[in-house]
Amino acid sequence: MSTQAATASVPYKEKKPFDYTSYMRKGKLPHIWCPGCGHGVVMKSLLRAIHATGIDQDNIAMVSGIGCSSRTPGYLDFNTLHTLHGRAIAYATGLKLAKPKLKVIVTTGDGDALAIGGNHFIHACRRNMDMVILVYNNYIYGMTSGQSSPTTPQNMIATTARYGSIEPTFDTCDLAKAAGATFVARGTAYHCQELEKTLYEAIMHKGMAVVDILDSCPTYYGRFNKFKSASEMMEKIEKDGTISVAQAAKMTPEQLQGKLVRGVIHKAERAEYCEEYEKLMEKAQGK
Amino acid sequence: MAVTMVKKQAGLTGNSAVAYAMKQINPDVCAAYPITPSTQIMEDFSSYVADGKVDTELITAESEHSAMSACIGASAAGARVMTATSSQGLALMWEMLYIASGLRLPIVLANVNRALSAPINIHCDHSDSMGARDSGWIQIYSETVQEAYDNLFQAVRIAESEKVLLPVMVCLDGFITSHAIENISLLEDAEVSQFVGGYKAQHPMLDTDNPVTYGAMTLPDSYIIFKHQQSEAIGRAKDVVVEVGKEFGNRFGREYGLMEKYRLDDADVAIVILSSAAGTTKVAVDELRAKGKKVGLLRPRLFRPFPFKEIADALKSIKAVACLDRVDSFSGFGSPLFNEIRSTLYEFEKRPKVINKIFGLGGRDYKVKDAVGVFEELLKIAETGKVETLIKYITL
Repeated sequence: MSTQAATASVPYKEKKPFDYTSYMRKGKLPHIWCPGCGHGVVMKSLLRAIHATGIDQDNIAMVSGIGCSSRTPGYLDFNTLHTLHGRAIAYATGLKLAKPKLKVIVTTGDGDALAIGGNHFIHACRRNMDMVILVYNNYIYGMTSGQSSPTTPQNMIATTARYGSIEPTFDTCDLAKAAGATFVARGTAYHCQELEKTLYEAIMHKGMAVVDILDSCPTYYGRFNKFKSASEMMEKIEKDGTISVAQAAKMTPEQLQGKLVRGVIHKAERAEYCEEYEKLMEKAQGK
Repeated sequence: MAVTMVKKQAGLTGNSAVAYAMKQINPDVCAAYPITPSTQIMEDFSSYVADGKVDTELITAESEHSAMSACIGASAAGARVMTATSSQGLALMWEMLYIASGLRLPIVLANVNRALSAPINIHCDHSDSMGARDSGWIQIYSETVQEAYDNLFQAVRIAESEKVLLPVMVCLDGFITSHAIENISLLEDAEVSQFVGGYKAQHPMLDTDNPVTYGAMTLPDSYIIFKHQQSEAIGRAKDVVVEVGKEFGNRFGREYGLMEKYRLDDADVAIVILSSAAGTTKVAVDELRAKGKKVGLLRPRLFRPFPFKEIADALKSIKAVACLDRVDSFSGFGSPLFNEIRSTLYEFEKRPKVINKIFGLGGRDYKVKDAVGVFEELLKIAETGKVETLIKYITL
């Protein structure tokens, strides 16, 4: 059993325009995402990143749970598995162990990954299995009409928090890093070219790669919180609310107050789970 | 949409009606997690909480597993507790459903029936609640929005009855009932509080002067004794359902029993069916009656405990009966309604022929013509005494 992930070792280089639909199930279109939702932007960025890696689409497995983000694999022509709310990472773990050569990408949301699936999320990070987890973070449960999630900022309105959420939030990146993920990054739908590069690096990384992708839900989060438009949300939250790793390095903690850092936040080398598993099998079999 | 004005009549969806009933009941604690199609219940209810219309503590849990766990904790502490869910949500509560009934906690849950994955589907069938039919919960199935609304109040009384002390699941059909607007009669808040009354838990954990323990380890010497008591309690629930339904009728003019019989008394053949599909079947009954065919319908309202004696009495003189299940009990000998009813009728020397149809899975339409088709088959069985296919999918 080889544990080598099917990654190409070429450095990131923007590829010439290509036909997105070659990676898509055209019959599944139009998609269900609302006007102004950034999920489509994220999906296209992901396709550009995958295209840049040169990995054959048959060697990619995409797994999702339930929610708006989890509809992504339905539109894409890879090996795809649409599972249960919160359980995508657990399914993906089994899939990767059975077929370690496949590049496994999980598309999930803030509710799916951090609330109902929070336990799977932290334990997957701890194991450092070769996998990519993309958290489409729109601070709300979009599909069920806008309940507060673990990333709904304090004082912001949600269906289940009519006068503002009082719960402290999770920082996806802090959580992933603390739990042991070896590649932790943040991107936004607004900075889609930068996101493409980040996603490329995440896919090429060997080990658990978590990317927190800030995205907007104008239909619920936007309307509840008096954003005038989807573009205003993108500007205020994704553009003005974030700062790149390089810029952040020059700023004081006071200056960084209220900003989220964008780019590759943490990268480390640590034994990858499937390789460790293979070594153990060899030892147990006296090879 | 939250109801802001109290009127005697209001056009409400099933979900809004359930939420409004919960508002009028004003439970101490609700813990929930969003899931289609029941989401709107807690969405409306969270507005009542936010606007100070209820005294309820609302816990927005991180999953249904946690939601039911929180309900159990709150109920053991002595609170009146309610929640709502559907499908996978109920499935994720599975482990705790047995804890709630085993600890004899009178929690009331509105289950908006939806198919179970896979493949994923958000529409109505009864695979969620039917899977939980042996979990020790009392199950009441509602045909209409009005009935779902009325059932909630009765559920509280049934659950909290000293003779019972068990959790109750009130089921209504996903989308068909949960999202359809129906003009219903509302009760006044004062009428509701008089009917449901205050709740005083018999053994609350918060009564620190009288400490109790819940869920302690029981070994082979005692486990079966607890289970026997639980079994007796759910058996007693049947009479309580009748009493409470009668009292509800006396007070508010809408009486509910164990089942609804529709043109059944002189019928040669009958369909047995749960929830909203009974409405469609009634249209077929009327059409065929107009042509002189003696057809009828039986709609069980209480499914757990299963009122076998009363249902057997209602069906024993019918010639042929079709049980229509909106669920497949895979590789069982037919599905739940069929299992119960055929087994119930076995007691009688002279008993109807009973067949099983599995219909409407994942929200597939069940039309009047489907019911007519079943009735025609039954009439033929009644005439010839021969059953061609015992268990069959329809609406395929």
